Amino acid sequence: MADSVPLTGALDLTSAHERRPLTLEILHAWVTTVDHKKIGLMYIGYALIFLVIAGLEAIVMRVQLAVPQNSLVSPQVFNRMFTMHGTTMVFFVGMPILFGFGNYLIPLMLGARDMAFPRLNAFSFWISVFGGLLLYFSFLGGDGLYGAGNAPDVGWFAYAPLTAKVFSPGHSTDYWTLGIFLSGIGSIGTALNIVTTIVVMRCPGMKLSRMPLLVWLYLVMCFLVFIAVGPLTAAQIMLSIDRYLGGHFFDTQAGGSAVLWMHFFWIFGHPEVYVLVLPAFGFASEIIPVFSRKAIFGYPAMVTASVAIGFISLSVWAHHMFTVGMGPGANTFFTLSTMIIAVPTGIKIFNWVATLWGGNIRFTTAMLFCVAFLFQFLVAGLTGIMLSASPFNWQLSGSYFVVAHFHYVLVGAILFTIFAAFYYWFPKMSGRMMSETLGKWHFWLFLIGFHLTFDFMHIPGMLGMPRRIYTYELDRGWGVWNLIVSTGAVFQALAIACFVINLLRSYFKGKIAGPDPWDAWTLEWSTASPPPVYNFATIPSVQSRRPLWDLKHPEDSDSKYEL
Amino acid sequence: MSTASITPREQPWILPSRGVVGISCLIVAESAVFIIFVVAYIFYLGKSISGPNPRDVLDVPIVGTICLLSSSLAAYLAVGALRRNKVRICSLWLAATVLLGSIFLAGTAREWYQLIYKDGLTIRTNLFGTTFYSLVGLHATHVIVGLVMLALALTFTLFGRVSEAHAQRLDVLSLYWHFVDAVWVVVFTVVYVLGR
Repeated sequence: MADSVPLTGALDLTSAHERRPLTLEILHAWVTTVDHKKIGLMYIGYALIFLVIAGLEAIVMRVQLAVPQNSLVSPQVFNRMFTMHGTTMVFFVGMPILFGFGNYLIPLMLGARDMAFPRLNAFSFWISVFGGLLLYFSFLGGDGLYGAGNAPDVGWFAYAPLTAKVFSPGHSTDYWTLGIFLSGIGSIGTALNIVTTIVVMRCPGMKLSRMPLLVWLYLVMCFLVFIAVGPLTAAQIMLSIDRYLGGHFFDTQAGGSAVLWMHFFWIFGHPEVYVLVLPAFGFASEIIPVFSRKAIFGYPAMVTASVAIGFISLSVWAHHMFTVGMGPGANTFFTLSTMIIAVPTGIKIFNWVATLWGGNIRFTTAMLFCVAFLFQFLVAGLTGIMLSASPFNWQLSGSYFVVAHFHYVLVGAILFTIFAAFYYWFPKMSGRMMSETLGKWHFWLFLIGFHLTFDFMHIPGMLGMPRRIYTYELDRGWGVWNLIVSTGAVFQALAIACFVINLLRSYFKGKIAGPDPWDAWTLEWSTASPPPVYNFATIPSVQSRRPLWDLKHPEDSDSKYEL
Repeated sequence: MSTASITPREQPWILPSRGVVGISCLIVAESAVFIIFVVAYIFYLGKSISGPNPRDVLDVPIVGTICLLSSSLAAYLAVGALRRNKVRICSLWLAATVLLGSIFLAGTAREWYQLIYKDGLTIRTNLFGTTFYSLVGLHATHVIVGLVMLALALTFTLFGRVSEAHAQRLDVLSLYWHFVDAVWVVVFTVVYVLGR
């Protein structure tokens, strides 16, 4: 390609010497910014704050459950803790942190200078922030200002009729509804922005078949956000109509149906799991090849499997409802559809393993987290298949086995890859490397803590311990297991402390990274670290899936092998 | 392909318009919201434990429906006129769109007034009231939003601020308006035809 711009042209090497801006100016610049990188970082920072808060809520629960008949917190407080923990982790940690990485990385990976709608991007972020603040304001204002300490206590899926005005007086449930409603608007806005960016902002040569897998996975994830978050928003509107205007959607006294809420919630709730896990797949699909020194194995199969997961995930929601009594027809359908989704997921695991196979593997911290992800995600998938069988599910639904299963997905798969993403992209975002020593401490402590907590959590579940109980009797035989589970939480907290220290220390004192510390292949590594506001001085053009490989190895460029 | 490397230049790099893609995404998300309200309406048909029932109180809003559906055509013609840089004709069609949409909205207002004050059906009366006002109200909210934006566009054309260059933007707005009309076809069928 004679007319293509060489990728090094993306670097503007003129040095900028300006005066140091005032703190107020910096603050003003961040609040008013429409730059996708700054918004992405704000998303990530905001999510990290909530990660610590929701983590502390989990610690409160684990301390309470560590020994039988503990009375550290009251049943009411325990209810608030698990409600806030779940709601915060899903809506104000998981979604924002993934949108943050998406915001930061997608334009860079596509060779674009910003998202398609920069102002919508800022709006979506700030509306999500407002939602999170509203949710936490309920601690103060949930009962009117004098009745402090009344956060939502209806569980993260807020089953009807518990949410009716009679059973949940005060305003705490309304704060829950409004917080989620606003976060939903923000999510739809950002998803719309990401899809549009992917469709219309790709640099010349970046065909759909050449996009990095992470971008593909975000594309599928955003379509799921449209289809899944819409119903949740609708259900929240209905709940508000019930609570404020005296409607009867979920009012069982007037013929309303509690099961309808369950359907509406899980039509959102199950695709939501895939909304969270697909970007995690994206991180793994970028990091594993780079540290195996091989191109990803089976790119077309990976894309197909991702799209297939997206489709199938829309038809599995009622496996959360086997104990409701939907009848044999529905039970069979949802059992089968849930089992089928394991097929494309299995294809992905095989492809990651095949990428590792014969590779020159470098066990950096990011890679360690990805390898752990592969194992843990496999186990999470296997307990998922167990739970998808409706007769098995009847026994264990609503027990700690289910809690252990979905934490295996959310922590063992999603949080592990998010940590991998931090170690991998932190040099790009800050210009400095994270400490590998602290990183290894973080990894091993977290791995031990994770397995202590969530492996052993399966056992009290099988012994019959229901979820959401605030304490249990001595003679149940759950005490030892719960103590082990709670001990694991301590290790996890220590690991998170290592991580936070590592983030802060590396930001100020880390080794200078340079534009491409990992010898990677996607476009974000072709520009400076951190990238300038305009990302690329000249818009790059690409000829293959690994543009930087082509640049570094012109004698053996990928474009020669493209179909 | 070996032939590809011989080809001197690739096809020119043209990507779709950002507005059209954006509004399409919004339409997908909004459709999901409407589907849930429609499902709730259908699910609760005939489950009210007290009257009034749809058959007793609902009249088919034929005039309003004709107006709303033809407003879509007017919006389409407005965009077409702007593409040919005929701003005057464009504002004429935009005015027609706003007028027809307003007639529809007035029809809904009249219907609601009668339902509330003559038939005593409010959102708290029974399940029919709850689902009916929510579904039709959600649609009417979208009509209002559309009308405000169309009226803005009309004002801009009247003050000579609009040219051929804005055709794409007006097209985005018209897509939203077509969506609102298409939703009405579903709502009309479910509420006034099948559900009565």
